[in-house]
Amino acid sequence: MAADVRMMKTAAEVALAETFAAVHAALPGDGTVAAQRSAAFDRFVATGLPHRRVEAWRYTDLRAMMREALPLAAPPDAAALARAGDAGAILAEVEARRLYLVNGSFAAALSDLADLEPGLTISSMASALASGDPVVAAHLGKTLLVDDPALALNTALMGDGVVIHVAAGASLARPLLLISVTAQDTPAAIFTRSLMVVEDGAAASLIEIHEGPAGTAYQVNTALELVVGADAQVERVKIIREGAGAMHLATVLARVGDRARVAVSGFNLGGGVVRNQLMAQLAGEFIDASISGVSLLGGKQHADTMLVLDHTAPNSQSRENFRAVLDGASRDIFQGRIAVHQRAQKTDARMLSRALLLSDAAESDNKPELEIFADDVQCGHGCTTGTLDPQLKFYLMARGIPAKEAEALLIQAFVGEVIDGVANEGVRAALTGATQAWLLERE
Amino acid sequence: MAPLLEIKDLHAEITGGRKIINGMNLVINPGEVHAIMGPNGAGKSTLSYVLSGKPGYEITSGEVLFRGQDLLAFSPDERAAAGMFLCFQYPLEIPGVSNMAFLHTALNSQRRRRGGVELTSPELLRKVRELGRQLGIDPDMLKRPVNVGFSGGEKKRNETLQMMLLEPYMCVLDEADSGLDIDAMKVVAAGVNALRSAERSMLVITHYQRLLDYIVPDVVHVFAAGRIVHTGGKELALELEATGYAQYQNEAA
Repeated sequence: MAADVRMMKTAAEVALAETFAAVHAALPGDGTVAAQRSAAFDRFVATGLPHRRVEAWRYTDLRAMMREALPLAAPPDAAALARAGDAGAILAEVEARRLYLVNGSFAAALSDLADLEPGLTISSMASALASGDPVVAAHLGKTLLVDDPALALNTALMGDGVVIHVAAGASLARPLLLISVTAQDTPAAIFTRSLMVVEDGAAASLIEIHEGPAGTAYQVNTALELVVGADAQVERVKIIREGAGAMHLATVLARVGDRARVAVSGFNLGGGVVRNQLMAQLAGEFIDASISGVSLLGGKQHADTMLVLDHTAPNSQSRENFRAVLDGASRDIFQGRIAVHQRAQKTDARMLSRALLLSDAAESDNKPELEIFADDVQCGHGCTTGTLDPQLKFYLMARGIPAKEAEALLIQAFVGEVIDGVANEGVRAALTGATQAWLLERE
Repeated sequence: MAPLLEIKDLHAEITGGRKIINGMNLVINPGEVHAIMGPNGAGKSTLSYVLSGKPGYEITSGEVLFRGQDLLAFSPDERAAAGMFLCFQYPLEIPGVSNMAFLHTALNSQRRRRGGVELTSPELLRKVRELGRQLGIDPDMLKRPVNVGFSGGEKKRNETLQMMLLEPYMCVLDEADSGLDIDAMKVVAAGVNALRSAERSMLVITHYQRLLDYIVPDVVHVFAAGRIVHTGGKELALELEATGYAQYQNEAA
């Protein structure tokens, strides 16, 4: 029946197959990695680009949205590296160890690799794959087993990325700031894969920012595997400031151990089509996990957040808090699923997603799901979609604050709750500043 | 002396709803304190909203002059900058907006519009702390989001603080005593009295006489069925306390 129906391959699917055939032999990695790539590409071919009848991709019909597959980006030349040096400007004040991915390649020359703290190792994914790095061999593709077409494409075509290993008990003095830049003005596709392993009792903070040209069509498919050991503390903040022509597909696979504290937040401040998917397994007990995000959208921007959180062990706590502000004809999607497995008793999980619509043409889709197989848990979800409260706006105006400023104050307050959750003060200030800039542009 | 506020044959209704203000006239001179008393549902709060420009009300006829200008042509923020202040009956809670940021934005928005000098954060902080001391406001409250988790008394003190900081020409106090115990009411009244001056006028809206023991009016009006039906001196408030509003409601009908 359904299995007999073969969909026509789209131009993008045909081009992706051609690209894979042409480049796979030259991509980094030995026989094992090559086999992983081929298996992943076969899985992609079997399903094709996801479309609206694939539930996880229901609101982001990639088959329709990804009209063509763009050529792989060229390795960065001197001009590209020079441009990349200016990237991440909003985080200029943040005291951090800066690492650069330019056109998908790890730029060691730009990156700050001096005086690494004891226990910290940083390497390029391409060289780690080529040399058979043991950390990569132990973890890559094994953090979580997830069958997803965007991730499969990433595995098949991953070129470079960064491998970060923080040894047991090590604590980083400075956050790591990973700056991913598309620094070319011709259409290009970039596939990066990174791995961060924070061993037992270690503490690390990773801040990521993604930028690219304003007027060029480009595609970024990026994935991060995050392995968090017992008693480890990890913060990961991701800021998307891609150009308006960008399609940004991102996957995070996370596995978290006993008593770890994990805070993951994402800020969508750019890009044409953005898909952030986060699959996390809280595999240990007494974990404290917080996952949050903000989308500030206008024009025809499309941002889709898909979250799958598996509580597989008892006694852990998770909090999700997502906010979207939508102007113009933008669209924000939040799909969040919390699954509490049968043995995960005493789980305490709360998910909240709220959207603020500033225009009649904007659209917000909210799909929270709870799947609970344990009988002694506290789980809840809430979602709201609405406009600015006219009573609050009047109260501010009655004190002399003009309408636009009153709206700006209320919008900042709406997203401020998530921004305030970011531990790094400099990043908080940058995000507040970016929000203010976004609000000014609205006028 | 030119009046500060002049309401001439004002008619107003809830947008798409019933008529609330029904041919109201009122003249308030600089320095005067007027009380408007009347039964529940007479339209007293609506009057305060119409003066401050709250959306949702339609002025069907009449005019309001404030310091000689057409008040009804102004947006709420323009009215505030012109010196009109409404002390809310139920001040709103604004999660995520700190009291200090709110006061700073409000004061500097008004000063900017009047071409005055804007205050820096430290200057404002000093000023607000001093006012807070006078009103018995915990300095911690100033850092918290506007009115979030404040008691009824704290909210009204916060309203009074805003009024003292913004130094308006006209203070409209809408049921300033609702939700207050006697001590909190005295504090609020003392704040209001401290603002009495030859240039500043007050319109105190209340349905109890009690508040007027502390904020003593020059003129008392009885408001019923959307207009003023009787005017007298401060002794009228005591008289109303004894007799109630029934006779005036009949008069209005």
